Amino acid sequence: MQIVVAAIAGLVFGIGLLVSGMADPVKVIGFLDLAGRWDPSLAFVMLGAVGVAAPAFFIARRRVRVWSGAAMRLLVAGAIDGRLIGGSLLFGIGWGIAGFCPGPALVALGVGSLPAVWFSAAMVGGMALQGALERWRAPAPDAAR
Amino acid sequence: MIDYANFTPWRALAGGALIGGAAALLLLGSGRVAGVSSVVGALLRPIPGDIGWRVAFVAGLIAAPLLWRLQGAVPAVRVDVSDALLVLAGLLVGIGTRYGSGCTSGHGVCGVARLSPRSLVATGCFMATGFASAYVLRHVVA
Repeated sequence: MQIVVAAIAGLVFGIGLLVSGMADPVKVIGFLDLAGRWDPSLAFVMLGAVGVAAPAFFIARRRVRVWSGAAMRLLVAGAIDGRLIGGSLLFGIGWGIAGFCPGPALVALGVGSLPAVWFSAAMVGGMALQGALERWRAPAPDAAR
Repeated sequence: MIDYANFTPWRALAGGALIGGAAALLLLGSGRVAGVSSVVGALLRPIPGDIGWRVAFVAGLIAAPLLWRLQGAVPAVRVDVSDALLVLAGLLVGIGTRYGSGCTSGHGVCGVARLSPRSLVATGCFMATGFASAYVLRHVVA
């Protein structure tokens, strides 16, 4: 049940990215490049997405379980720290270079875009690198003793 | 100056509403937050019992253009940078989203929708450097 829901959610999410034009990095750059001719479309995508998602998050806040009986897993709030800020700053640099962020890159893979293959492979590599750095800096509690 | 030739407010709003709807469906149907970088990132060190829904969500994203093809031509994916810059960008996005615990979907859509202070800060950060790096690459070094 959860798998079917997730598959449909992924499909609808991907269709949304295609409808909005956000699977096209040049359109995303049209928003991020404020100098020259500016395309405000991305702001309208955020507006539409946040407007529809907000009531769902409002409902979810008071739920412990979902329809299927699965646990509601809203992420635990952490601190606003250097990791959050530094990581987000780095992510933005990469986003502004290529015009791809994770969702659109995966949709572009399905379009058959070769640049999306390079970007996605590097992105997964970067995620793996971050995981390796984390484990190197903070070894498992047993090993630290 | 606004680029009226390429500005598509209605398609942007409609597509955005679908994205928000998908996030709402995943949240209320599976109890999960539709943050693409976290969905993918957690698959690198998979936890038994926590794999299926992630693979299904990613498969849905990748399959969306295939479904689209049934009703017409798929929108073009245009990239204006070299392969070397694409790889650099991918690395930065991969490392940054994992340290920052989210991307445009997890922080920008879901986090902003629930008014999470962390997500509001993260979104401000990646928007700021997104504007900056897009400007530097296309107007300063270009």
